[in-house]
Amino acid sequence: MDVSSLYNEQFMDHVTHPDYKYVLEGATHEHDGVNPSCGDELHLSIRLGDDGRIEECAYTGHGCAVSMASADMMSDLMVGKTPAEALELCALFKSMVTGAEKDDNKLEEELDEAAMLKDVSHMPARVKCAELAWRTLAEMMHESE
Amino acid sequence: MCAALTAEQLIVIERSPYKQDFPLLANNPNLTFLDSAATAQRPADVLDAERRFYETMNANPLRGLYRLSTEATQSIANARAHIARFIGALDDAGNPENDAIVFTRNASEALNLLARTVPEVVRLGPGDEVVISIMEHHSNLIPWQQVCAATGAKLVYLRLEDFSIPAAELEAKIGPHTKIVSVTHVSNVLGVQNNVAAIAARAHEVGALCIVDGAQSVPHIAVDVRSLGCDFLAFSAHKLGGPMGIGVLWGKPELLEAMPPFLVGGEMIDSVTETDAVWSQVPQKFEAGTQDAAGSFATDAALTYLEKHGMEALEERERLLASYLCEQLQTREYITIVGPSEPHRHVGAVAFDVRNIHPHDVASILDMSDVCIRAGHHCAQPLLSYLGWHSTCRASVAFYNDKADIDRLMEGLDTVWGIFNGR
Repeated sequence: MDVSSLYNEQFMDHVTHPDYKYVLEGATHEHDGVNPSCGDELHLSIRLGDDGRIEECAYTGHGCAVSMASADMMSDLMVGKTPAEALELCALFKSMVTGAEKDDNKLEEELDEAAMLKDVSHMPARVKCAELAWRTLAEMMHESE
Repeated sequence: MCAALTAEQLIVIERSPYKQDFPLLANNPNLTFLDSAATAQRPADVLDAERRFYETMNANPLRGLYRLSTEATQSIANARAHIARFIGALDDAGNPENDAIVFTRNASEALNLLARTVPEVVRLGPGDEVVISIMEHHSNLIPWQQVCAATGAKLVYLRLEDFSIPAAELEAKIGPHTKIVSVTHVSNVLGVQNNVAAIAARAHEVGALCIVDGAQSVPHIAVDVRSLGCDFLAFSAHKLGGPMGIGVLWGKPELLEAMPPFLVGGEMIDSVTETDAVWSQVPQKFEAGTQDAAGSFATDAALTYLEKHGMEALEERERLLASYLCEQLQTREYITIVGPSEPHRHVGAVAFDVRNIHPHDVASILDMSDVCIRAGHHCAQPLLSYLGWHSTCRASVAFYNDKADIDRLMEGLDTVWGIFNGR
């Protein structure tokens, strides 16, 4: 695999200049996610609006570039989504990184930038890094149900 | 800082005369394999031996009374004798202690065998202490942690000073309550070699037994159990070019005799009634079920390969390679070596950190240019926590590596640094 296929400029931009890595004021839901063997630690927060949609999603924490870039892309994607839609996207992301969903058009349409992480499906050791934020969000949603 | 290698030394490591003997390396000239501390590559001699066993002498050893089974049985006996000579396990008359060589699946199983059986021999209980070092691989840590939890004994750690166990620590931690001391000969993370002879001497001074985890030493340095003075030595064949699934435990014969069996079942009994069983002699007492006879035959071939080139010569080459690796890593200001900076203190492995870049990203990016290193906690989480790291990168060399392998690693690391720093 070529280096640029995953660690490309767009991906690295999320690592070096994240848009959603901050403490969210007025969060309605918060949840921690960890990958003990990697040392990835993520604190995810969302603010659910009166209309039942996610107004803002942000995170803090540390980990490898794959886990952090993935959290940043996810935070962007989740704005305006309902919890049910968010859960569907988390499931789709999981299908993508585990290699079950290969339909590029569908992935790009629904996951937007996060679709670039599909190469992770060829890197089994990195799947749990990519999944961390999505898994954490899904856990948060299930907990609040 | 590492002292630079001389021009003569660089010529020695410029090319590898050994790579051609290793099919995986010969067939993948662009592969840079720097993870031999995890598992070594295997020479064709070993692969041929594995195949030859099944093609020419395949039968269940020990059971049969026909020629094939006898040959299979003999091949295991030959392997035991060869291993005994290889690690200097000789009796007073200079004969190999064949019966003191127990086959297991790997070093981890050998250490588990000891943790399950030695406590009974030393009657380990509350008030007693088991001493290990903070640099142990989980395989020589968790078994003792669990034994201590079960028996009420206390687990005591030898700690480090400049990445080595200071002599004063032996005096302080190994004392009248110590029953078992179990330490690694060479650290799989730091690459440092422990003074096992001094540790064994101190253990015996207080009446304790000394176990040595040789997983990282036996493949790289000439090990002689008599001069180490230890009571047990455990190692794995797959780290010295043998097959996966073969581990070796050597123990002092009188101790092996006194130990209860580990696993029970086929082959390890003399007689069985409905209510009782009489165990076989050592080593069969510890080898329940059909053994990997082809694996021990291939392990025999791996030792022959190493001896053909001479352990001393291979060790010297590996020291030069580790020195060059250490020296090169130190030329990059963005790299920190996690371990001693002196090259001569590294046996095989050098752990390092790339500033602000997670080791998993480093390893993934290196993999894209076919450079294989280990990244993570290296099955030594307590050591990394103690040193203040969560995970590190680790490159490790074997004699079949050459200078170009290390140069490709360095190019790869520059690429990693460039990607993360906009260059």
